Amino acid sequence: MIPYVKSKLKTFVGGIHPREDGKHLTRDTKEIAAPLPKTVYLLMNQHIGAPCKPIVKKGDFVKKGQLVGESQGFVSANIHASISGKVLDVAPWPHPVTGTKSPAVIIERADDDSWIEGADVPFDPDQITPDQIRQLVQSAGIVGLGGATFPTHVKLTPPRDKTIDTVVMNGAECEPYLTCDYRLMLDKPHEIIQGLKLVMKCIGCKNAHIGIEANKEDVYALFKSIVSDEPNIKVDLLEVKYPQGAEHQLIKALLHREFKPKQLPLEVGAIVINVATAFSIYEAVRFKRPLIQRIITVTGDGVEKPQNFLVRLGTPVKSLLEEAMASPHINKIIFGGPMMGIAQSNRDTAVTVKGTGGILALRSAQQFRSRACIRCGRCIEHCPYGLNPGELSIQSEAQEFNLAQENNVMECKECGCCTYICPAKRPIVHLIKFAKVEIAKQTAKKAASAG
Amino acid sequence: MSNQVRNYSPLIISASPHIRDVESIPRIMWSVVLALIPAGIAGLFVFGYYCLYIIFLSVATAVITEAIIAWQRKMPVFSTIGDGSAVVTGILLAYILPPGVSWYVPVVGSFFAIAIVKHTFGGLGNNIWNPALAARAFLQVAYPVAVNSDWRILHHGIGNLVHNIVKIDSEGNMIDAVTRATPLAKEAGAETYHLAQLLMGNVPGCIGETSVIALLLGGMYLIYKRYIKWYIPVYYIATVFIMVLILPPQMKTPWANNPFYHIFAGGLFLGAFFMATDMVTSPLTKPGLVIFAVGAGILTVLIRFYSGYPEGVCYSILLMNTATPLIDRFTKPRLYGTRIKRV
Ligand code: SF4
Ligand code: SF4
Repeated sequence: MIPYVKSKLKTFVGGIHPREDGKHLTRDTKEIAAPLPKTVYLLMNQHIGAPCKPIVKKGDFVKKGQLVGESQGFVSANIHASISGKVLDVAPWPHPVTGTKSPAVIIERADDDSWIEGADVPFDPDQITPDQIRQLVQSAGIVGLGGATFPTHVKLTPPRDKTIDTVVMNGAECEPYLTCDYRLMLDKPHEIIQGLKLVMKCIGCKNAHIGIEANKEDVYALFKSIVSDEPNIKVDLLEVKYPQGAEHQLIKALLHREFKPKQLPLEVGAIVINVATAFSIYEAVRFKRPLIQRIITVTGDGVEKPQNFLVRLGTPVKSLLEEAMASPHINKIIFGGPMMGIAQSNRDTAVTVKGTGGILALRSAQQFRSRACIRCGRCIEHCPYGLNPGELSIQSEAQEFNLAQENNVMECKECGCCTYICPAKRPIVHLIKFAKVEIAKQTAKKAASAG
Repeated sequence: MSNQVRNYSPLIISASPHIRDVESIPRIMWSVVLALIPAGIAGLFVFGYYCLYIIFLSVATAVITEAIIAWQRKMPVFSTIGDGSAVVTGILLAYILPPGVSWYVPVVGSFFAIAIVKHTFGGLGNNIWNPALAARAFLQVAYPVAVNSDWRILHHGIGNLVHNIVKIDSEGNMIDAVTRATPLAKEAGAETYHLAQLLMGNVPGCIGETSVIALLLGGMYLIYKRYIKWYIPVYYIATVFIMVLILPPQMKTPWANNPFYHIFAGGLFLGAFFMATDMVTSPLTKPGLVIFAVGAGILTVLIRFYSGYPEGVCYSILLMNTATPLIDRFTKPRLYGTRIKRV
């Protein structure tokens, strides 16, 4: 343990200290490979950007690592088969995040679990050029695994007029309950640092800064010792506070730079990558392994054996819950953490996607009755982005979308701090999301009538 | 899959976040009630049992009015009165009435506070003025004599607590009491009280406003629980202190220029800790609240020094309540990332 002074920890203004932490449930469970699923459902939109086009058809035999969904356009990311087997169907399947049906490639597993030719071959990264890195990352279908699922190769291609001076690596894992990044950092620290260096090489950037929340001091010590003779890679402890791992807050804490909510970190000369993303970059470059699996924390009071699993993409959640001995009395299943995660409507059809870092099964989830806003100002105090969430929620309720837009509703990051802290239990994030959808509709309508 | 028997419980679907803080409106309001109790006890010892009756009438009228209106507005009746806000209004109104006031004054006042000041504007969270203060201002017009006289106080004062209570009880209603001038009375020859007396609350005044120590106790509790912001009372009281020092008073009383006398006498502590901190009727952000508190402080001294009224706390807060939407407009939170200059 490294002693530290709490007030010296780096952090940002606003945010919350969630009273349920839940990380103790799975902190000490080393990730184990989940049993291979009988069937996987590979959705064609597991990233921000254009959905992929399925390039296999019913009856085809595919091998692990084979490209099944081809990216469409630059902001898009390939999808690869996560198991070998027969394509049962290419059909719409409910998407766990968007809630609507999207095309999916459904594969039934064959006994053989070997990689496709050309994948899983060692590759010496010493001689590699930046373009090669970018190209390998792109073809491996890597996206931001912290939850944002932004295609990583796009991040690695900053516009020419922007100089990036620092790569920030996010090891904060500020969402309560989740420990998948923590386990990965403990088990693969060298690989993660290698991945980070590949990113630095790719964008020609000399400095890196790693932020780790103070509840993971063991990881901090580990990283410190690995980069001890590399002064250009800094490691810092951050205060345990939500949303410490969000791009804006991380950059504020580590680099003391601020930028508007809608802007990208490259506005202030930084890019942020998550540790899990760095690891998959390493895998993609060093072994030419496409992104077909990730660590998922399966936890909550609804499972008897909360633990971390190494899971193939597209695995049905049902089988993971069974593996973790879920109770039949679960009343809420959340994809992601409790602050930003998405509640699932159907336990039979939910399947994992690239952005799924956690599955939270709760049996005592509460429903809250909301009251009128009493103007206590707590939401303003805790909103890390300087919005007036209470006012926005009222304007959304009154369908005054123009007013909401004037008050920057579109800048909200949906971090949930305001809603967590509101004593009136107002569903602020819900109302803000509603306003955003309505405003998008209005804008589309206007564009249509103008064009 | 469809013919499979499901003995699962249904899933709750809701937007994130899925966990919430423990604080709630009822928790805040009932804590305010708790914090007001010491001042009530002090009032009981200084003014006798009769003031309990006033408090009871005021609270009961407030709760019943709230229940009827909630029922009429098709709001859930029990959770509406259960949020505690009507009880707070009832207590606060009683606390700013003279201890010997007639029974109908708190009843009319409470009804006005809940029905007119609170619910015609939309109920909890939507009223512009603090209901208790606005009701007090209404009573000032409706019953000018009743709310400005009968400043009775028990002979023995707070120094002889048990004796006071027992004596008044056995000898009947308020026989032991005398009527004296309030500390802030401006008439020539009005009494001047000792600062220690003002701190204890052993002086004539409204039911819940006299004991600075009791009010401070409740206020500290609320600050500790973070239900009120420390800087509202601090800026308010400090402003009064400074204004008394720099402004020339119009009246000729011995204490006219004494800032300590001014902050401890009258309703300043009750106003600063329990009325100016009313979340609904005060600005949202810290800069706004500081403007609000300083403005109330300035107005309080202006009224005390240059108007016919002895006390200015009530009107100063009401005026600042009125200015709150305006203050809010000029003290909006600043969008993150717009503070620094771009190069
Ligand atoms: S926290 Fe809730 S009650 Fe308080 S101002 Fe914000 S929306 Fe209103
Ligand atoms: S959800 Fe939006 S409004 Fe609420 S705290 Fe986060 S950024 Fe602010």
